[in-house]
Amino acid sequence: MGFAHFWFSGFDQIRTGFWAYLAVGLENGSLYAMIAVGYTLVYGVLGLINFAHGEVFMCGGFAAVFLTHGILGAKVANGWESVGLVLAGILIAGAVSALVATGVERVAYRPLRRRHAPKLAFLISAIGASYFLQTLAGKEFGYGQTTFPAEVFPPGQSLFSIGSTSIHTIQLLCLVCGIVMFLSADRIVRKTRLGRGIRAVAQDAETSALMGVNIDRTITLTFIIGGALAGAAGFLYAIQNGMVQNSGTALGIYAFTAAVLGGIGNLRGAALGGLLIGLFGAFSVPFAFEGNLSWVEIYTFLILVLVLIIRPTGILGEKSGRTA
Amino acid sequence: MNLLSRASLKRLVVLLIGAVVAAVMTGAPGGYGVPAYTGIHGSLLERVSYFGLFTTQRWTIFLTLAILAWLFVSMYLPRALFIRRRMEAVTSLPTRVMQRRTNRWILIAVVIVITIFLPKFVHQQFWMYLIVEQIGVWILLALGLNVVVGFAGLLDLGFAAFYAIGAYTTAWFTGVLPTPAPFNHPIPTLWCIPIGVGLAMVFGILLGIPTLRLRGDYLAIVTLGFALIIDDFVGTQSGVTGGGEGSLTVPKFVLNMGFWHYHWEINPTPYYYLCFIFVVIFLVAFTALEYSRVGRAWVAIREDEVAAESIGINPLKYKVMAFAVGAASGGFGGVLTAGLIGNINPTLFQYQVSVNVLILVIFGGMGSIWGVAIGAIVVQTATSYLDNYQPWGYQLNDLYMYIGALLIIMMIFRPAGILPSRRRKREFQGYEVAHEGHLDEVLSGDEE
Repeated sequence: MGFAHFWFSGFDQIRTGFWAYLAVGLENGSLYAMIAVGYTLVYGVLGLINFAHGEVFMCGGFAAVFLTHGILGAKVANGWESVGLVLAGILIAGAVSALVATGVERVAYRPLRRRHAPKLAFLISAIGASYFLQTLAGKEFGYGQTTFPAEVFPPGQSLFSIGSTSIHTIQLLCLVCGIVMFLSADRIVRKTRLGRGIRAVAQDAETSALMGVNIDRTITLTFIIGGALAGAAGFLYAIQNGMVQNSGTALGIYAFTAAVLGGIGNLRGAALGGLLIGLFGAFSVPFAFEGNLSWVEIYTFLILVLVLIIRPTGILGEKSGRTA
Repeated sequence: MNLLSRASLKRLVVLLIGAVVAAVMTGAPGGYGVPAYTGIHGSLLERVSYFGLFTTQRWTIFLTLAILAWLFVSMYLPRALFIRRRMEAVTSLPTRVMQRRTNRWILIAVVIVITIFLPKFVHQQFWMYLIVEQIGVWILLALGLNVVVGFAGLLDLGFAAFYAIGAYTTAWFTGVLPTPAPFNHPIPTLWCIPIGVGLAMVFGILLGIPTLRLRGDYLAIVTLGFALIIDDFVGTQSGVTGGGEGSLTVPKFVLNMGFWHYHWEINPTPYYYLCFIFVVIFLVAFTALEYSRVGRAWVAIREDEVAAESIGINPLKYKVMAFAVGAASGGFGGVLTAGLIGNINPTLFQYQVSVNVLILVIFGGMGSIWGVAIGAIVVQTATSYLDNYQPWGYQLNDLYMYIGALLIIMMIFRPAGILPSRRRKREFQGYEVAHEGHLDEVLSGDEE
């Protein structure tokens, strides 16, 4: 099988299975977008990469497992049970993750902020927090991937179909949840008093403090919004795959890539970047050599590097923050 | 002292939370045998007997200790300033002693004598291997990364990629990979050093030229992505790199100079001296580099890129140079590892390796060559000891929990490392002097 033949067969697969790839791409893309919002918001106000954000996402997954297993046991939910579980799950997982995110801010960032530490110090303590949370979760709940038997949606149940492609409930749920949560986050940042505080701190923390913005509260609230979205994504990811793992680094890196791609610090850029990365990942699956999905990762990072070389501030341009 | 004041109560809450976290950290793992999602059990609720006197759950002990600590801190807070002064006198001791030139030379002489005769005192083969593989090579890696992170101030999270490139180049050129060797006839391992170093350097420059134009955070993510790509590549391309198994038969080092012939066998002691020679070469070379024109240009760029550019330093050129030097040392470490261990596989070059090397650099003191070397020795010895002997209820997988906690605590209390470089220390100290009461502030989380 020649090289050219391989590429042609890849395009052929995309042509025949277009809707399926699109659905998977949108589903993953909205998860990435939800996590990317947290990265981009924190970058906006603090001017630093929150390396522990992947673990915030992970905590949402564990909350999902305890909740669904606690309520359902090992059976499949039906009808209203699914609806109730999804609503409760998103709320509880969001709350747990928001709590963890605030905790990380309190322990790993605030003491450094008080001392006006250089940026590298923040990055390192973020890496420390990430290691700590990963290993603690591994120790308590098991290392590596843990599958759980509870199913929030009946397996293989399709909601409707486009052509010969059936769309699953969870796929639509991810997309809808992503859109709703992103729109509300966007609205909070653009329209409310709190959002004005966030934008003011991002522009100039000291001046905004002089204008009466409570910096500490604003930063905490930023972490809460980002954490809640990551937690919801963690819940959706857990029930989508029927498993959790004691690390959020894998998805966290994709989400961070998405935030950078869209222009870090820029909320709409994060959403756009997330969707693009998700779609790109889905559509590059047929081009993975020998069906090896690591090639998807390789392609994604190559695209990131290319975009950064051509347009160093991301697609929509960054809204650079500063160290508060 | 008012025990019920706001600050005091805050301190109590912090101590109690810390005690519960510590109880979970040091306890038995949860989810053994049963799936973890069935509920929280294990460490937190585990019942332990204390000297046969009473049996209780572990967290009660930790909470009691926390309350005692709170009472103690609250009662003695007026004297805390005195204790802090004492603590500062102790923690700044290494730096003060090292400031005298004679002391420094004495120390260097002592260290050299000890390192030369060390194999005489270490009788266990196990520790000898550990010293070579876990300490010797990692000092070289840490010194190399120190050039990138410490001297030039660039955050490189993809150091493992260059390490892998060095190791796999060695395996390739010695003809032990599935890919045929580039020359018809495999070359000796020692001659792979220039090739591996050169190739890693080329990769470093190729990656550096486009990405070093970007700002620091982007550089971090691009290097991270590069490391992941390399890791994926060596792990999955079994036809090219041997896949997950890698290669088990990298030949040992052989030195053949015509009149004199030496073959490194299974005994670790000759490897020890080989590593020792390379460490000394690295130490001397990087010290010279630090005070050279290039080293001063790096500092200038690190401190203020715009100002450096305005006095005629080309930032891109010097950044690429730093990156290339770091990549070359990574490649060097890779060649050495391949020759020492004799088998290479992708687990040696995971993303965590990059962070681990970074931890050595930070722990020792960014930008301080001696600090980094000492940091590498201390951290690697401690982690190897913990992993192999598992004292005090330590479990095999716990390592990164303690490392994570250590990193956070270090960034709060001693961000410049255990033996900081003088310049870095001043840089980090600027903010610390201005904020006197920091110990209490962290304990209580007080607003200013």
